[in-house]
Amino acid sequence: MPIMQDSREATMAGRRSDGSPVKRPLSPHLQVYDMLQMTSALSISSRITGAAWSVGLVLMVWWLVAAAAGPEAFAGVQWFMSSFLGMLGLFGLTAAAWFHTLNGVRHLAWDAGYGYQIQDTYRTGRWVLIGTAVATVLTWVLAFIAWG
Amino acid sequence: MANEYANNTTMRSPLGRVRGLGSAKGGTHHWWMQRVTSMALLPLTIWFALSAATLAGSSYAETVAWIGRPWNAVLLLATIGLSFHHTAAGVQVIIEDYANQEWVKMGGILAVKAICVLLALASALAVLRIAV
Repeated sequence: MPIMQDSREATMAGRRSDGSPVKRPLSPHLQVYDMLQMTSALSISSRITGAAWSVGLVLMVWWLVAAAAGPEAFAGVQWFMSSFLGMLGLFGLTAAAWFHTLNGVRHLAWDAGYGYQIQDTYRTGRWVLIGTAVATVLTWVLAFIAWG
Repeated sequence: MANEYANNTTMRSPLGRVRGLGSAKGGTHHWWMQRVTSMALLPLTIWFALSAATLAGSSYAETVAWIGRPWNAVLLLATIGLSFHHTAAGVQVIIEDYANQEWVKMGGILAVKAICVLLALASALAVLRIAV
């Protein structure tokens, strides 16, 4: 048997209970989903916003390390964060973070066994979208009040 | 004919096959830790987001004073550790889902873990330098 090159083979190859080998079907992939369907769009958005937040964490590291390094390094962070590109990035990060957080609560409810009715998944999905918009705006209102 | 027969049978008993598969009590650990860290990060993230927003426009001295306050420093350290744990676990699942080559998968996961550990240590050191 050749060395496995594609790890998908590992999930395809199995044995029936009588021991005979079988290539099992894989779970349905992207092509079967309608991405204009809200539930599918929110699902992949959860992963995308999580990945975006992972990158955004570097800003927090930079902020803390610069604060520890001294006033000159910190001035660099302040310049970037108050620049147009920095503000745009921070605004996107705020929205991504709130979406990932609120949709994470939705996932925790599913993990606990609640909200599996189709109409519930749509209703909680709308709550997440409305909550993300409200929380993002409130966070920035707070920031502009503090700044002003 | 003989080979075909050999391919379709096994020397292992049904119990032996079952014993070689499935969880050895660690099967849900990664999944469970993602949930545990997410629950812990929920209040910490709300606290950090609101704190960061109110620190907008603060001077260097004001920011350093805020980071250095004992409770803020403790909560920052908790946020840093849990955030990078949760991030490493999440990015690991993304790599596992999309990387088909075994060496890409293992290399990617190890690289992400290394980056997360180093960034977490750097930010924790920064907080400690300011607070201690």
